[in-house]
Amino acid sequence: MAKTPKLRRGFRFQWEPAQESYVLLYPEGMVKLNGSAGAILKEVDGERSVETIVATLEQAFPDAGPLAKDVEAFLQEAANQHWIEMV
Amino acid sequence: MNAPGKQADGVSVGPPLWLLAELTYRCPLQCPYCSNPLDFSSADQELTTEQWVDVLRQGRTMGAAQLGFSGGEPLVRQDLSELISEARHLGYYSNLITSGLGLNADKVEAFAEAGLDHIQVSFQASDPELNNAVAGSRKAFDQKLAMARAVKEAGYPMVLNFVIHRHNIHQMNDIIALCDKLGADYVELATCQYYGWAFKNREGLMPSRAQLEKAEAEVNAYRARLLDAGSAMKLIFVTPDYYEERPKACMNGWGSLFLTVAPDGTALPCHSARILPIDFPNVTEMSMKDIWYNSPGFNHYRGDSWMPEPCRSCDEKGKDFGGCRCQAYMLTGNADNADPVCGKSPHHDRILSARRAADHATAGIEELTFRNAENSRLFFRS
Ligand code: SF4
Ligand code: SF4
Repeated sequence: MAKTPKLRRGFRFQWEPAQESYVLLYPEGMVKLNGSAGAILKEVDGERSVETIVATLEQAFPDAGPLAKDVEAFLQEAANQHWIEMV
Repeated sequence: MNAPGKQADGVSVGPPLWLLAELTYRCPLQCPYCSNPLDFSSADQELTTEQWVDVLRQGRTMGAAQLGFSGGEPLVRQDLSELISEARHLGYYSNLITSGLGLNADKVEAFAEAGLDHIQVSFQASDPELNNAVAGSRKAFDQKLAMARAVKEAGYPMVLNFVIHRHNIHQMNDIIALCDKLGADYVELATCQYYGWAFKNREGLMPSRAQLEKAEAEVNAYRARLLDAGSAMKLIFVTPDYYEERPKACMNGWGSLFLTVAPDGTALPCHSARILPIDFPNVTEMSMKDIWYNSPGFNHYRGDSWMPEPCRSCDEKGKDFGGCRCQAYMLTGNADNADPVCGKSPHHDRILSARRAADHATAGIEELTFRNAENSRLFFRS
């Protein structure tokens, strides 16, 4: 299943220098993301599939070992929260 | 490094992450629960476009990421589009809080192009008669429905806000069904908080406990159905703190995350704080950084050394900060006191008597004091 995650409409992902972290902004709300959540969501652009994202992250963090399980679990959670949609 | 973690009273102060720009107190509606100050008509000075742009820039530099455009009715400002583009350019997530009056499909589109992220349309009820009676305007309801649809068509998330009170709380199911039909993403069912005009009208607005419990059960049941159906529509039910035994952690702590700038440039830790007998600085006279970190107004209730008993020796003070200063002031005459919502407050009886009054209230909608300039002049403080 080559699923492609995409931010739900009304959601914006960006780096916030004052908080030294990536955040997810949505109507009257803001989530401060931890390092790995930020690194994963950074790759979510509505174009790249989950597999591509996993491959990109594994290349960027060679010492982290296989990442598929963690990335999929996080994306599933983000979908449950309705932050992202799988298309 | 991080933004300056300045010290106030030994308390480290983080940046303001939320900026609320109350662009104007002007509004075509007259909601009796409006949170604007009763004497709003005495503050009719408004910042210029350049001054607002400067406020947005300073706020963003300090770390604010969420921006609300509210009022009054922000649409009466002719420079709204310009302020929206500036906000987008600076990297804010911008929210427009509107009654929907004065909005049209072209403006909705134009704002989207200028970079507005979200429009929240507020409703007064789920049917036209009640909605219009509460808003003090006839054509309001149809206009709101049309605007809610236009917002979604333009690609924004649809966020609908219903202010709930004793005259519409029985409509909970209808309200949610209407939102579901419209395809809303978020629905705020916000039982009025008793500030400004709503405090004046509390007896005529506050639901009884029985009404509230029934509504809560209906919301929960509906939420469960939405979950089963896999719906992404989110229901946010804000219940009145008058039925709690512990106060809300107001604004997440005084001067901790929220910075409000009123139409005339007065900087406030919350939109209601203007009523307090505290001197608040104005953005035309002081930099926002100075206001946030160094002004006596903002430092007034930071930390906990200002607290009298029972808060002073209470082990919950880190959780609720003693509740809301405005509520303490309105109900006890002294803003330092524990919020009377707290069961430990010696003034808790004032909450209990409001609850009893809600069980027996009979006043109709027509007896509420509507928010308009004529009524406002009656509240002038000379
Ligand atoms: S609450 Fe009603 S009267 Fe007050 S500003 Fe909003 S729309 Fe206008
Ligand atoms: S006594 Fe004060 S600090 Fe303690 S719970 Fe009540 S309001 Fe909060």
